[in-house]
Amino acid sequence: MSDVKKIATREGYGQALVELGAVHPDIVVLDADLAGATKTCMFQKAYPDRFVECGIAEGNMMDVAAGLSTLGFVPFASSFAMFAAGRAYEMIRNSIGYPGLNVKVCASHGGISVGEDGASHQMNEDFALMRVIPGMTVMCPSDFVEAKKMVKAAYELDGPVYIRFGRAATPIIHDEDFDFRIGQAETLRDGSDVTIIATGIVVPEALEAADRLAESGISARVLNMATIKPLDRDAVIRAAQETGYIVTVEEHSIIGGLGEAVASVLAEESPARLRRIGVRDVFGHSGPAAELLHEFGLDAEGIAKETREFLQK
Amino acid sequence: MTPEREHQLKLDAIKVREGILTSTHGAKSGHPGGSLSAADLFTYLYDEVLNANPADPLNEDRDRFVLSKGHVTPGYYSALALKGFFPFEDLKSFRHSDSYLQGHPNMNSVPGVDMSTGSLGQGCSVACGMAKGAKMLGKDFAVYTLLGDGEIEEGQIWEAAMFAGHYKLDNLCMIVDVNGLQIDGRCADVMDARPIDKKYEAFGANVIVVDGHSFPELEKAFAFFNSNRTSGKPTVIIMNTLKGKGVSYMEDVCGWHGKGPNADEYALGMAELAAARAALEAEGVQA
Repeated sequence: MSDVKKIATREGYGQALVELGAVHPDIVVLDADLAGATKTCMFQKAYPDRFVECGIAEGNMMDVAAGLSTLGFVPFASSFAMFAAGRAYEMIRNSIGYPGLNVKVCASHGGISVGEDGASHQMNEDFALMRVIPGMTVMCPSDFVEAKKMVKAAYELDGPVYIRFGRAATPIIHDEDFDFRIGQAETLRDGSDVTIIATGIVVPEALEAADRLAESGISARVLNMATIKPLDRDAVIRAAQETGYIVTVEEHSIIGGLGEAVASVLAEESPARLRRIGVRDVFGHSGPAAELLHEFGLDAEGIAKETREFLQK
Repeated sequence: MTPEREHQLKLDAIKVREGILTSTHGAKSGHPGGSLSAADLFTYLYDEVLNANPADPLNEDRDRFVLSKGHVTPGYYSALALKGFFPFEDLKSFRHSDSYLQGHPNMNSVPGVDMSTGSLGQGCSVACGMAKGAKMLGKDFAVYTLLGDGEIEEGQIWEAAMFAGHYKLDNLCMIVDVNGLQIDGRCADVMDARPIDKKYEAFGANVIVVDGHSFPELEKAFAFFNSNRTSGKPTVIIMNTLKGKGVSYMEDVCGWHGKGPNADEYALGMAELAAARAALEAEGVQA
């Protein structure tokens, strides 16, 4: 995919914030000393009076965001996924989720593609932590374009939202005019033998895997499940009924994330064979993002291989 | 403070204490000890300080109050009820499964509550967000928050103190109820946070230490806050109190942190409060 334009989803976040900030004076942005990395620095530069630097104190930041939201502001609070969803979990749960406040927790550097920083910074558990909070919308964009549209949709939604962005530059698979809707799976490619349901930056890998599978005569449907909660149950049920086999792909633990969300729907509504591709209950380690995605079977080659083996069983 | 005013405040504080006993007795649980230590503060806040209006509870220009030590709802709700936010009678339903009076403050179910709290260490940060937001909006309302002396063992309290100092939140008043006891024993034995005043001074706050059971002292404390509203520094009121104050068998007894009085205990406590009211009324206004 060397001819494809690559840009990180976090860049889409930064750009969307600047565009939103121009038309919505109620937007405020908070960061915990990572503005350069989360890309909130773009908003900080454009609207310094509406940017609240919180220093390295993520728990305090989430609660400050909660306080701001009670005054009618729409706060976007950012850090790395580890420190937003992880360290500040209970602040998000009790001071944002429980009162249902209109705070957008927007975390960058999710998943093992954080790369060289290693396991301490590779957040593979954030979907699980955020999914269990009642009323929390959980999303993860597949590319830069979707990231921008998702951030704007999150602003329009009244209530708490968690979005995970990636660190690495990844392929753009959407046109600027595509229609993003919260809670709706996007069929990127139709197929009849198996459905690959993916979320986040591994969606382009799933698409390429489908190309590879086609070469060996396997027709794979690819669903981009950008909204992990609320899950598009109908799309999952349709996929189960029409293709029989489901493969989920996420840069997350296979425990508690997209795979388990899909498994619940299948078990309750329409039993089908399922294979979950993700981080298999282990910690990551340092290394270049591409090598780690390969090692964990999350690149096109790994997804195609796993899918082939799954269908042969 | 006029003698008439102080007399009325004392009578109101007795009513708040009756609400504390009534709610925790009805719930067979709850937190009477720390409610009683803060009962005079709650009375003073809602009688004299906050521009809270039950007829317009969500007015954008109202002062905000965040109960960071969220477990002392019996005291908080009693003061809100006395102010007219909901019927005093409803305190009997406190913590019942069909009641809107949740064990810890719920901003979406209890009229007059500005923020849902309960997990220690978080409310003060929320108050910081409100104070920062007020400045961003150019609003001049004040934000008050009540912390416990056990609660300040939470590290996030000091993140909030740093934030308040850094952003010069002179519209923020942090009140620390120093009743000296927490669940596992004396705060000094469990985790000694002293010197509290010096710590807050080091974090860049204006600090005043007062007797939390003296209305003239509380008046002095809030006048100190008001005099510092353009100081560029947040204010901390360190309020020395007695846990369980006003109910003899609860005073300075650790075990009354988190349990409700049984029927006999309730009757005894209510009798003591009735006697205190009778004595006050008998002595009349002291010039």
